[in-house]
Amino acid sequence: MNFNATLIGQSITFLVFVWFCMKYVWPPLMAALEERNARITEGLAAAERGQKDLEEAKSKIGDNLNEAKQQAQEIINQAQKRANEIVDGAKDIAREEADKIKNSATADIDQQVNSAREQLRKEVSVIALAGAEQILKREVNADTHAAVLDELVAQI
Amino acid sequence: MAGSYANSGEYIKHHLTNLVYGQHPDGSWGFAHGADEIKEMGFWSLNVDSMFFSIGLGMLFLWIFRKAAKKASTDAPTGLQNFIEMIIEFIDDSVRGSFSGKNPLIAPLAMTIFIWIFLMNFMDLLAVDHVPGLAALLGIPYLKIVPSTDPNVTFGLALSVFALVLYYSFKMKGPGGFFAELAFHPFPKFMMPINLVLEGVTLIAKPISLALRLFGNMYAGEMIFILIALMYSGGWALGLFGGVLQLGWAIFHILIITLQAFIFMTLTIVYLDMASQADH
Repeated sequence: MNFNATLIGQSITFLVFVWFCMKYVWPPLMAALEERNARITEGLAAAERGQKDLEEAKSKIGDNLNEAKQQAQEIINQAQKRANEIVDGAKDIAREEADKIKNSATADIDQQVNSAREQLRKEVSVIALAGAEQILKREVNADTHAAVLDELVAQI
Repeated sequence: MAGSYANSGEYIKHHLTNLVYGQHPDGSWGFAHGADEIKEMGFWSLNVDSMFFSIGLGMLFLWIFRKAAKKASTDAPTGLQNFIEMIIEFIDDSVRGSFSGKNPLIAPLAMTIFIWIFLMNFMDLLAVDHVPGLAALLGIPYLKIVPSTDPNVTFGLALSVFALVLYYSFKMKGPGGFFAELAFHPFPKFMMPINLVLEGVTLIAKPISLALRLFGNMYAGEMIFILIALMYSGGWALGLFGGVLQLGWAIFHILIITLQAFIFMTLTIVYLDMASQADH
């Protein structure tokens, strides 16, 4: 081993290298590493958040679906009820109408019966009159006995 | 491959000699030829090969990392950036694990030490004769391509770290606190001289052990590669055996070079952590 100025030269070189490394090499690389670390951490957190959001959304969708189903059921029930009401109403109206028709028909029939009865009465009075004429064998003045005949007709 | 040398001793010696630039005794400047001339040049000479390769590798390291730093983005990293970030995180983990305080210098320092020493050690895996052989063709007489087998390099690093240890000791503990740490441990105050000797040795041992550990491992590894390379001149059977040995040693050496770089880095962090702790 023999020492010479190389020793000094090496020391200077070494210190210059360390200085350069400290100034221009280490900090940017370290900064990049740390920044990436931060980014990765952030990314992981964001992913987790996203997952949570997704789950929340899923449960919300389930809730909404149930609610919608319930509403639909309600609407169907209401519609059914309304339909029943309408049918019932129609039945009532129909019944009323039928009653009305029946009543008017009954009235008609009554009227017809009355008129027929009137007609019959008139004809019976004529026949009775003719019968009485034959029985009395003499002409009975229709005019003098009109009052009696009318009374007779009214009695039939 | 050792054919051009007089004997294997000379081959080994040649491979362990640095390319030294300095002043000859006659006053002229130039490259030294042989160990004697290197000795004559004294302290004020320069191991040009060590400086060249260490600075070159350091530049390579900083260039690659600077490129990655410029392009650093927070998107998914690809290719080079991925690789660099892997290293950065590894260093950052080591620093966080061993350094309790907060100091923006420590992590870049640790990274520079780790990568730079690793690259310098890595030169050990290149075949011992190729680059020096190529250099010889260009007229360069000596070339040691593994800077960390040069004690100047390892001591240069270790002493710089030691300077930082002293700086932070003074800064964080104050001169009084630093002195107290050296003088009032591990025995009571009245045995101060013994304490000073003990703690002084502990303190001095830090940079020396750092430097010698790295240097010793790399020097020994290089030596084994050179010895294996010698086998190639001993006929095809020995050469084949040498080839197998070299492969095995190189694979094992991959572990050593990484481990040595890691140890140097970790110990640096630990020493600076000890220096930075105000209350001992």
